[in-house]
Amino acid sequence: MLEVIVVVFLALGVFFLFVGAIGLLRFPDFYTRLHATGKCDTLGVALVILGLLVYHLFYYSDTPLVCVKLLFLILFIFISNPTATYALMKAAYRTGLKPWKLGDERR
Amino acid sequence: MIENEGKGFRILVTFCVMFLFWLLLSGIFDALHLTAGVICSLIVAVISYDLLVVGKRNKTLVRSFRLLLYIPWELWQIVLANIDVAYRVLHPKMPIDPRIIEFDTSLRSDFALVTLANSITLTPGTITIGVRDGRFWVHAVAKEPAEALTVDGTMQQKVADVYMEW
Amino acid sequence: MIEIEFFQTVLLVVGLLIAVTILLCIYRAVVGPGVFNVVAAVNVIGTKTIVLLVLIGYYFERPMFFDIALLYAMLNFIGTLVFAKYLERGDVCSR
Repeated sequence: MLEVIVVVFLALGVFFLFVGAIGLLRFPDFYTRLHATGKCDTLGVALVILGLLVYHLFYYSDTPLVCVKLLFLILFIFISNPTATYALMKAAYRTGLKPWKLGDERR
Repeated sequence: MIENEGKGFRILVTFCVMFLFWLLLSGIFDALHLTAGVICSLIVAVISYDLLVVGKRNKTLVRSFRLLLYIPWELWQIVLANIDVAYRVLHPKMPIDPRIIEFDTSLRSDFALVTLANSITLTPGTITIGVRDGRFWVHAVAKEPAEALTVDGTMQQKVADVYMEW
Repeated sequence: MIEIEFFQTVLLVVGLLIAVTILLCIYRAVVGPGVFNVVAAVNVIGTKTIVLLVLIGYYFERPMFFDIALLYAMLNFIGTLVFAKYLERGDVCSR
């Protein structure tokens, strides 16, 4: 049962990380690429670390403080990743990078 | 001086949070590490007491509690957003039609604006580009998510409820 | 009791898959037209590196790597913010 939970969490996380990477390659311009990475990376990282947290709870239950450390990591990524995405978006928009419209060339 | 109102209280709260953080991250409870932790947290608290605790202290607790109630809905939205992006990325024709939209909110405080901006970035198909005086610029990946934000306004309502700014 | 070798294999496979996603991102970081694509790709690689560090910490059973992962998350975030500010205004120090 435990191994199923851990493997499901890890597989979902790796799937979303892959979707983020493929979106970074496939989407036509900078703004749409950030759509893929800003969302999928946040959830993918959180899912992989959650899976490792369950693994830790059952295997190394003598050091529960490490779980708190991993939870801090998830919380920090949930706050910092959208903020970094927003900062990049704003910088690109202010410097006049034109968004891709339907029918344009790929950039 | 308005800035110095409740300075001792703010230093105390910052110190407690920093020391708790130290204990959780170090995990060692002998005298040397505890003393070092107290000294370091004290220095940090005295230097940067105005960063962590802002605003009136009587409303902070209620807001934190309401924020806790908001988080599960937000997590569900994040899952939906990821499935949406995965569909758009893996679909052979890539059903995207990007556009930039603007809309106004009644929110004014920094925390409410940050919460709304991060929520918009994490929910399906939209990313915040800029915020100024409650006016949002949002990049939407297709038509439906843009309309969900401008016509519906569920998220603005929820964030306004959390921070009690109607 | 589940044998520990099974999880060791799972951790190794997950780490290798994440390394493959990093390789995919490196294409965008090298080719990607314009400096913004490069910065975005580097930020994504940093985020994936955090997971890789935690995985390494479990694979070799060294808890020290979790602290490194926390620090790396903060440095990655600050680095991206500073780079975005520099690209937007041309210098880092002005308010």
